[in-house]
Amino acid sequence: MLLPQTRNIGLPMMNLMRFKGLPILQQLHIEEQLLRTSSENWCIINDGTNDPTIVMGVSGKPAELLEIESVLHDQVPVIRRFTGGGTVIVDHETIFVTFICNKEAVPDLQPYPRSIMSWSGSLYSKVFQGIGDFRLRENDYVFGNHKFGGNAQSITKNKWIHHTSFLWDFNVRNMAYLKLPKRAPAYRSARGHLDFICRLNDYMPRSTFIDKTVEAAGTQFSLRSLELEAIETCLETEFRPSTRFLTSEELEVAAAVAGQ
Amino acid sequence: MALRMWASSTANALRISCTSKPHLSLVFSFSRCFSTVLDGLKYSSSHEWVKHDGSVATIGITDHAQDHLGEVVFVELPEPGGSASQGKGFGAVESVKATSDVNSPISGEIVEVNSKLTEAPGLINSSPYEEGWMIKVKPSSPSELEPLMGSKEYTKFCEEEDASH
Repeated sequence: MLLPQTRNIGLPMMNLMRFKGLPILQQLHIEEQLLRTSSENWCIINDGTNDPTIVMGVSGKPAELLEIESVLHDQVPVIRRFTGGGTVIVDHETIFVTFICNKEAVPDLQPYPRSIMSWSGSLYSKVFQGIGDFRLRENDYVFGNHKFGGNAQSITKNKWIHHTSFLWDFNVRNMAYLKLPKRAPAYRSARGHLDFICRLNDYMPRSTFIDKTVEAAGTQFSLRSLELEAIETCLETEFRPSTRFLTSEELEVAAAVAGQ
Repeated sequence: MALRMWASSTANALRISCTSKPHLSLVFSFSRCFSTVLDGLKYSSSHEWVKHDGSVATIGITDHAQDHLGEVVFVELPEPGGSASQGKGFGAVESVKATSDVNSPISGEIVEVNSKLTEAPGLINSSPYEEGWMIKVKPSSPSELEPLMGSKEYTKFCEEEDASH
């Protein structure tokens, strides 16, 4: 336990940390450590990250998911994160929202992927109420049939994390680093990236989205704002995150093995 | 043979496994959610099963777990020679964009891992108690098996868990 907990009557406590431009690797390291070592609930919001970075899920195969030659030529960093799910390219136009919860934090919620996804879908339904035909569709956040948020999860014995990267805006050129994934939801209907995704900024101002997300979380949790400095001493432990950059050598070997 | 085929098709409709492998009991328990629970195995509250056979115990996740997890697309397994600790994670499965820890019901040396799961992770869905086994362990404290649930207790546990959510 990091700080004394006080429980608002009926609502479990959740620590809220807000960042702007925090490097995505640092964000993921914080999340992985909180998931594995903290007994508290957390909401982390990062308004953009610094450099364009490709982030793959735990089982992602670079040769299948990336245009490796372009990635290497343009020196785009590639991260393998600790959660499942697909591949995204993130930058300062991406907004990240993460929930890390104890199993008991959400009443009647079973700690399985579809249940957690259903919970998150209903939370974001409050955020996007009346806006753009929002829904959770085959585990993606969409307006209509256009995806604007990719999410992923990790479930441990006593906790779970659900984190999302929202496309506030995106650079068309960056999408060219990503191949069409072999595993794709049926509603994608083999559409290319640019026909499949849409921009959140076409639907809602940036600050409104963040404020409404905090408001929606506040209907289920008693939020307590924390700065990173307040927990940094607790984060300096022996914990070794699995999330890491892939090296150029690893990407080159992957390309060579795949015969690219 | 005809009766066996009818039983098998009925069992399939009810999603019950009628395994006829001699080393597994033919007796199975019904749960209201129609997940298979096999006699002769022990079960943990985090939905792993263990079959103790002489000096080796085989471990995997239950039919209830694989059903709730969805299609397994990736399995992370430890190296043989490592150790498993009771209640602690030894690997993970990925399904529906989520990694889920798999915890060992008992402690011991990991003597074998199911390498077939690398190429065929779906075996965990299609055959959670047989081809989908995950690791084999040489138990360091066989008494750890005692407090684990038997089939009836685990069936009730699953029913209560599902009913409460």
